[in-house]
Amino acid sequence: MPFTAEHDALRETVRDFVSRELRPHADEWEEAEYFPDSVFRRMGELGLLGLRYPETYGGQGGDYWSAIVLAEEMTRCGSGGVGMAISVQTEMATPPILKFGTDEQKQRYLVPAIRGEKIASLGITEPDTGSDVASVRTRAVRHNGGWRINGSKLYITNGVRADYILLVARTGAKEDGAHGITLFLVDKETAGFAVSRKLKKLGMHASDTAELSFSDVDVPDSAVLGEVGQGFYHLMWELQGERLIGSAGTIAGAEVIFEETLAWCKDREAFGRPIGKFQVNRHKLVDLYTDISIAKSYVYAVAERWNNGEYPVAEISMAKLFVGQVTSRVADTCLQLHGGFGYMAEAHVSRYFRDSRLIRIGAGTDEVMKEIIAKTALGL
Amino acid sequence: MNVVVCIKQVPDPNSPGQLDPSTHLLKRDGELVLDPGDEFGVEAGLQLVEKHGGQVTVVSMGPERGLDAVRKALAMGAAKGVLISDDSLRGSDALTTAKVLAAAIRKQDFDVVITATESTDGYTGVVPQMIAGLLDIPAVTFAKSVSVEGDKLTAQRQTETGIEVVEATLPVVLSVTAGVNEPRYPSLKGIMGAKQKPLDRPGPADLNLEDVGGASTGQRITAIDSAPERAAGEIIKDEGEAAKRIVDFLADKKVI
Repeated sequence: MPFTAEHDALRETVRDFVSRELRPHADEWEEAEYFPDSVFRRMGELGLLGLRYPETYGGQGGDYWSAIVLAEEMTRCGSGGVGMAISVQTEMATPPILKFGTDEQKQRYLVPAIRGEKIASLGITEPDTGSDVASVRTRAVRHNGGWRINGSKLYITNGVRADYILLVARTGAKEDGAHGITLFLVDKETAGFAVSRKLKKLGMHASDTAELSFSDVDVPDSAVLGEVGQGFYHLMWELQGERLIGSAGTIAGAEVIFEETLAWCKDREAFGRPIGKFQVNRHKLVDLYTDISIAKSYVYAVAERWNNGEYPVAEISMAKLFVGQVTSRVADTCLQLHGGFGYMAEAHVSRYFRDSRLIRIGAGTDEVMKEIIAKTALGL
Repeated sequence: MNVVVCIKQVPDPNSPGQLDPSTHLLKRDGELVLDPGDEFGVEAGLQLVEKHGGQVTVVSMGPERGLDAVRKALAMGAAKGVLISDDSLRGSDALTTAKVLAAAIRKQDFDVVITATESTDGYTGVVPQMIAGLLDIPAVTFAKSVSVEGDKLTAQRQTETGIEVVEATLPVVLSVTAGVNEPRYPSLKGIMGAKQKPLDRPGPADLNLEDVGGASTGQRITAIDSAPERAAGEIIKDEGEAAKRIVDFLADKKVI
């Protein structure tokens, strides 16, 4: 196991926090389709939003495994949406600021995000562009020594509540493709930046998802993150981390729901014996257990390489693809094993069934993962 | 102001404990944790030194594995740990425990010794008072809030009928009730820093304790028995007068 005694102690801290301060509210937050911003502040106070960030910026100075511990334990909070919102804050919207940002940008956006005082979001997808990131239509053009941004973004996690967005916009001509993309850090209060809609979703109910609009949003040159025209490549780096942490959290969530289902199968009786004692069910459980164990080992093997500073694109894509497929089997089979109760809204497994479906779409669909693997690993 | 907090590692109270019929002792082979009651003591100690300066030292007696509990207290913010583990101390009774802890505490610089009111495994509830007796200092027990001014400690003490306000001159032994504060979670920085903190591992001889433990223990557990299983309740079948019979039953038990 890659985890040290210190990681185990951190796990205990996160598990205690989750069971005392998040789990009791999960049902209420799912019902309200929102959870309070105070969760970010509280987690910031406990150092949980900056586990692997340097102490210089208020982080805890841990390694990548500490981020995995957080992602794994958050799955026990009973609401996939809360874990996802925190993941966007710690592992998706802010890593590019640490890697590509100026010191001023780090002070202004990263430090308060680690403290939980500012909530971050990441804007890639648009009404007409999803997987094909190089085709984004949101445009930033030179204006008065700065930039003027026009366009819209869709399916933005934390989008309703976020204080700022890491925005992907086109700064080059359409034929520049991937070379004409730039990242911007845009404050919520900037004139012309508006939340157009809070979106309703199949699952992840406690997490807010928004459609955002940008009309004549003027930002200074200092809002550019990284290099002008290099945004696509900066973003590709970000997406690797996003896919990896998503895989780690998702497979841990699958393990939690599997454990619950196993306990159910030992307890629930039909035709005079526990349903887990029927060979047909027992074998289903064995298949899931095998799938989960293998998927988890593979995620850890890839995470070890990421922790060592490697950039294993094909392996990260395979991890996400495989975890997504395993998760769909786990969700479907576990729901089936719960019978009628599994179909009820109050059952954990039904919420998990809805929440977990996202992994095969978010951060790049299964189909995009396959295209990446075909290209980078198979030369096809 | 320096504070010593006595802590203990216990089997996780979330999983039911079991007695070992061969040793008559609680089995300790499952998940072990810092006694949840002690977390309040550590927090109370940290709050006192944060206000008045000084440092918290945690003292524990127990097997080698008890280091994990000491490390957790260090990760919460205690400055130093002391763990006394020795085979001769296995199965120690309350008085032996108190003698060992008092001997270790005597070697520290302290103004307040904090304990929980009782451990979550043994539940004897007498160790704090025994430590005070051995150190010959006052014991302020069952405190639900505490403050210190100069050399005077004031505690609100929970009793069956109300709250007593008690004053004592330092040094004192203070036992705190669960819920007295909100114990902090160890942060990752605290957890990593705990490795660097001083850890003292004295043996009984280092504490001049040749005559404690083992055969000199005054109390011996001679037998253990399972608690009797709850008897089955009475089922009243409704044959037209069930309601009356239930009312009669409840009246008989003086419930209504």
